[in-house]
Amino acid sequence: MSDLLYSDTEDAVRDSVRRLFAERCPSEAVTSLYDAAPQNFSDVWHTLAADLGMAGLLVPEDLGGAGAGAREAAVVMEEIGRAVAPVPFLSSAVLATVALLHAGDTDTVRGLAAGSLTAALTVSLSTAPGDAVTGVSTGANGLTGRVTSVAGANEADVLVVPAAGPDGLELHTVSRDAAGVEVSPALTLDMTRPLADVQFSGVASSRVGTGFAEAAVAAALETGAALLASEQLGIAEWCFETTVAYAKQRKQFGRAIGSYQAIKHRLADLWIDVNAAGAAARYAADTRASQDDDATIGAAVAQAYCSGIAVRAAEECVQLHGGIGMTWEYPAHLYLKRAKSDQLAFGTAYRHRARLAELVDLPVS
Amino acid sequence: MSAADLHARVRTLLNEHDPVRSDPHDFLAARFDAGLAWVHFPTGSGGLDLPRNYQSQVENELTAAGAPPGGGGARNGIGMGMAAPTIAACGTAEQQRKFLRPLFTGEHIYCQLFSEPGAGSDLAGVATRAVRDGDNWIVNGQKVWTSSAQNAQRAILVARTDPTVPKHQGLTYFVCDMTDPGVDVRPLRQITGEAEFNEVFLTDVRVPDANRLGAEGGGWKVATTTLNNERVAIGSMAGGVRETGTIGKVTEAWRSQPDIRDPAMHDELMRLWVEAEVARLTGLRLRQRLVAGQLGPEGAGLKVTFARLAQAISGFEIELHPEEGLRYDDWTMRQPDSVDFIGRGTGYRYLRAKGNSIEGGTSEILRNTIAERILGLPPEHRVDKEIAWKDLPR
Repeated sequence: MSDLLYSDTEDAVRDSVRRLFAERCPSEAVTSLYDAAPQNFSDVWHTLAADLGMAGLLVPEDLGGAGAGAREAAVVMEEIGRAVAPVPFLSSAVLATVALLHAGDTDTVRGLAAGSLTAALTVSLSTAPGDAVTGVSTGANGLTGRVTSVAGANEADVLVVPAAGPDGLELHTVSRDAAGVEVSPALTLDMTRPLADVQFSGVASSRVGTGFAEAAVAAALETGAALLASEQLGIAEWCFETTVAYAKQRKQFGRAIGSYQAIKHRLADLWIDVNAAGAAARYAADTRASQDDDATIGAAVAQAYCSGIAVRAAEECVQLHGGIGMTWEYPAHLYLKRAKSDQLAFGTAYRHRARLAELVDLPVS
Repeated sequence: MSAADLHARVRTLLNEHDPVRSDPHDFLAARFDAGLAWVHFPTGSGGLDLPRNYQSQVENELTAAGAPPGGGGARNGIGMGMAAPTIAACGTAEQQRKFLRPLFTGEHIYCQLFSEPGAGSDLAGVATRAVRDGDNWIVNGQKVWTSSAQNAQRAILVARTDPTVPKHQGLTYFVCDMTDPGVDVRPLRQITGEAEFNEVFLTDVRVPDANRLGAEGGGWKVATTTLNNERVAIGSMAGGVRETGTIGKVTEAWRSQPDIRDPAMHDELMRLWVEAEVARLTGLRLRQRLVAGQLGPEGAGLKVTFARLAQAISGFEIELHPEEGLRYDDWTMRQPDSVDFIGRGTGYRYLRAKGNSIEGGTSEILRNTIAERILGLPPEHRVDKEIAWKDLPR
């Protein structure tokens, strides 16, 4: 039976990551990502990836990783959500790492696990698991094509590129700085998870393995979807806890606004749903960690549920804070923007429900 | 004790008492005496002082062997779900020995004498009086919404023993004999057509002081234990297995009757499926958290969700079967033996689900409970809190 709670090891992971973000990702600094002079967080990522060893959580020990798994990585994602931390953990330590491992790479992943390299899988962040991946193809001149809205591309040293070959989808790696690669950072709703459009104009590349890459890309996207639920949980928990604290302290008409039933009942409902999101996210992480037969369903359920709860928690956070919730100064907007973008990542809840319908044999017609 | 030791103990029970051919009462008595009724209860009270999570192993092994359900099955849902954990938590060792064994064997079916016409959500306002008479209490009053009262030999009862103090402080909790001649049970017909509940009139009912659970005036605390358990018991009726309950009726129909599949209803079907699945996982997680320790108010969330989903899914189900939805299976007044949320037809399920957000604490009161007891938000303004119960405006 699935263990839906947290182990002592996972609690220790949480403590170290939370401490790092508390010290080095204060909300004022994160907000600067929306302005002309954004703070550089690459040193925070380096500490998380290399010093704390979190980049290697999904990498086996014989490839230099921590030999941990999806349960621990999910805890890191929760903390990233709680701090809206602008670190490329999802794009590098999850998406690119899982795709490379699945395709049989043993070289680049060592660098990723050690934290000396950062990678990005060049698919649009809105790609759902199982979607056909198009845009780049191989040819005599190398890789050509364009992919839009790639998470973490600008921060990456290595781009992991699914590309259409003569016989099927292949997985290639290229240096971010290689000739013919153009990475154009995009202006995005959520600037804390930077996206970029990537243009390949005849780029020399190395093919990873000899097999076809559909399964590797699908595994990466499904793991991404499963773990994104934990980030959504972290967002929802921060929004919920912050709003409850505010409702206790903010007074109107001579009493705390949290004493009014109109507010209490909304917060009680939100507590119920955030709690439920915790169960769904934990189930997705646990079934993935144990390679359970239910892992695909678990990921789809978690995305179908947690994506909406994170958005609702962030929307409630803005509303129940009143005017202050609408200000640039107060960090609620960082969570709202991350939550709304996360709702689109790896497919919307509508897509995941449609996928579930196939998985559990409830066809449309 | 290890899982293997417990397994051996279950095997011994099964070897000495054929689970299928024995009289169910005798088998359950032997199970109780072996400490396998509730392994997390004290030794001698049907348990072995083990952590709560060992119980599911015992239940699974005994169910697989075809053993009869504890307490006599669904007819004794209140005994098993509410009275037993309260007696274990708040009763003396002697009371546990006296009450738990016949409860578990099904000899004593329990009902719950809590709500009154004037005390629903405001349960602490109950007016049923218990007056001391030597070693006994004499009880007079009227209770309502009492399921299983027509079958019950015993009841858990909250009565007012001191009207001169504020309402929460003047309550005392008893185990009451439903066969006392002063107990009059009258069926109360509900919107489904049947009478699952009763009104219970208590006239000079004699309850020995030895049947008092907890201190005189300490009834509210004991009742809270019962209510916390009730919410988890109701909230867990969605089941531990995927697609149990009303959602299972809907998915079964969708799969087996292609002609009812309306593409416009499909996303709503999947929304409800996801919510039911997440509710199942939430219940599973709550039970994992409860392995150690007593039940707090957390079960309130489970129950609010269960009620909301039962209503949404049963409403959806009627629309999925428009022809059947226009009909109803049976309006005959009858008194079922146990509470059945999902039996019968779509119309019954829809109507019965309306009670889910009322029984065991309305969803509105439970939201107050969550907000105040879990989130620590300020309590509702209460004009009656410091006033002696007898002086409250009525």
